[in-house]
Amino acid sequence: MVKKIRVLVAKPGLDGHDRGAKIVARALRDAGMEVIYTGLHQTADQIVNTAIQEDVDVVGLSLLSGAHMTLFIDVALLLKEMKMDDVLIIGGGIIPQEDVPGLKKAGIAEVFGPGTPVEDIVSYIKKNVKR
Amino acid sequence: MVEKEIIKRIREKRADWEKQKYFKAIQENPERKQKFKNLSDIEIKNLYTPEDIADLEYLKDIGFPGDTPFLRGVHPNLYRGRLWTMRQFAGFGSAEETNKRYHYLLNHGETGLSVAFDYPTLYGYDTDHALARGEFGKCGVAISSLRDMELLFHGIPLDKITTSMTINGPAAIVWAMYIANAENQRISKDRIGGTIQNDILKEYIAQKSYIFPPEPSMRLIVDTFEYGFKNVPKWNTISISGYHIREAGSTAVQELAFTLGDGIEYVKAAMKRGLLIDDFAPRLSFFFNAHNDFFEEIAKYRAARKIWAQEMKKLGAKKPRSLWMRFHTQTGGCSLTAQQPEINIVRVTLQALAAVLGGTQSLHTNSMDEALALPSEKAVRIALRTQQVIAEESGVTDTVDPLGGSYYVEWLTSKMVEETYKYFDKVERLGGVIPAIEKGFFQREIA
Repeated sequence: MVKKIRVLVAKPGLDGHDRGAKIVARALRDAGMEVIYTGLHQTADQIVNTAIQEDVDVVGLSLLSGAHMTLFIDVALLLKEMKMDDVLIIGGGIIPQEDVPGLKKAGIAEVFGPGTPVEDIVSYIKKNVKR
Repeated sequence: MVEKEIIKRIREKRADWEKQKYFKAIQENPERKQKFKNLSDIEIKNLYTPEDIADLEYLKDIGFPGDTPFLRGVHPNLYRGRLWTMRQFAGFGSAEETNKRYHYLLNHGETGLSVAFDYPTLYGYDTDHALARGEFGKCGVAISSLRDMELLFHGIPLDKITTSMTINGPAAIVWAMYIANAENQRISKDRIGGTIQNDILKEYIAQKSYIFPPEPSMRLIVDTFEYGFKNVPKWNTISISGYHIREAGSTAVQELAFTLGDGIEYVKAAMKRGLLIDDFAPRLSFFFNAHNDFFEEIAKYRAARKIWAQEMKKLGAKKPRSLWMRFHTQTGGCSLTAQQPEINIVRVTLQALAAVLGGTQSLHTNSMDEALALPSEKAVRIALRTQQVIAEESGVTDTVDPLGGSYYVEWLTSKMVEETYKYFDKVERLGGVIPAIEKGFFQREIA
């Protein structure tokens, strides 16, 4: 049997806009993945701990407050520090185009903005998951 | 509203019309959909006639603006007297940066202020708190101290401009800072006007920026009611909000029912404390969304006024002012698209027009670039100008409640009242608003 892809959908920071995260979580589940959703108001530490405990293949970060340049990068650095380099990190939310190169450099593999068809996220994960 | 005999004739004539004219027409031009439904899943008929509102008695059920049941408006002369307050929600970065934006907006004809606070402020954290990491000045302005509050309102006459503050968990404290800042400028508490959102129930239902559990939060809110009517009589001590409920995925009917349900819950909590309803109810205010379905939105505001007046009466209110459902409107953020953002100007115009035809007391029009980022100066200026065009050029402000008497609008208004009471019953059966929140009822309904 093929092992299912395990995804952690996480909401770092203080904003409560979780509609996008929930829609993505549901779409990934419907695509046959195992999805763990962190709930709101997570610190980078909490997210990385959950990623380790749940032994996930993918961490999907969702944020609308605008704190992504700090908080997405915090999560990426911490995952690296914990030797979780084989985890695919992706992000979404209201992320201005000019921030995307910086995020990619920090280890966020792809950023999905407003209006992205969920199928794009599904196929991106299937194609790029590292283990 | 029309004599029985006439209704009978209209019914017969309508049946004829369906058979002879309508049938023929749809054979030539088949209908675009099998069923036409609005966003609340209410089926819309091909035509409305006096028959559809035959049960309504004009004097009892619709009435005059400024009189019970207030369906047509809380003010007898509405915009013929004073236009709505043009109040753009704004805040970003430091207090100084946001202060500049406020002066910019006022210089372009805005008539009231509305403060967006950043997330740490919304949770009562100072900017240097560990959990505030990365959040400073994003999504709103950072206010950690009285000094920040002074900078935010520098050069703005607090006795002339009213300010709405979107603050909930720490509402009492942020309001205290606003009052202290006014007093430091020798403007006494009874001369300032504005609104604190202070609505914790919708935070649990939808927006999720809460600090304390529901019960102690309710205590703080009742404290602000009491302090307000005794000391700051021109201040709206709460803005009971459907906006966030709608943005989180509700229908128009759910927005209406859950918001008014929350309002009734606050009134009951204050009365349980021993406050007199006619002391605090005149300072309760509301906040609704203006979404895409034009007539549904208009019907929603009209229905809200009627239900609120009815319910306040049932709870013992005697002063007419206690029956007034006064509200702010913001156009629907989640209806905007990141693609072709210019089209958002058109959406916002229609939504804003619905709010005006629904009799809003104040209005925020979204900027076209809000699906992408915080609004630029140009985008916010267009948004403000949109309101000014509706106010000054369209003519819709010349008469009160111009859609009153439309068979469709009156039918839909009455239908939304009916649907709202069904939700009130459901919540009652769950034991009230707070038990329903704890059981996840609202959250499931809107998910």
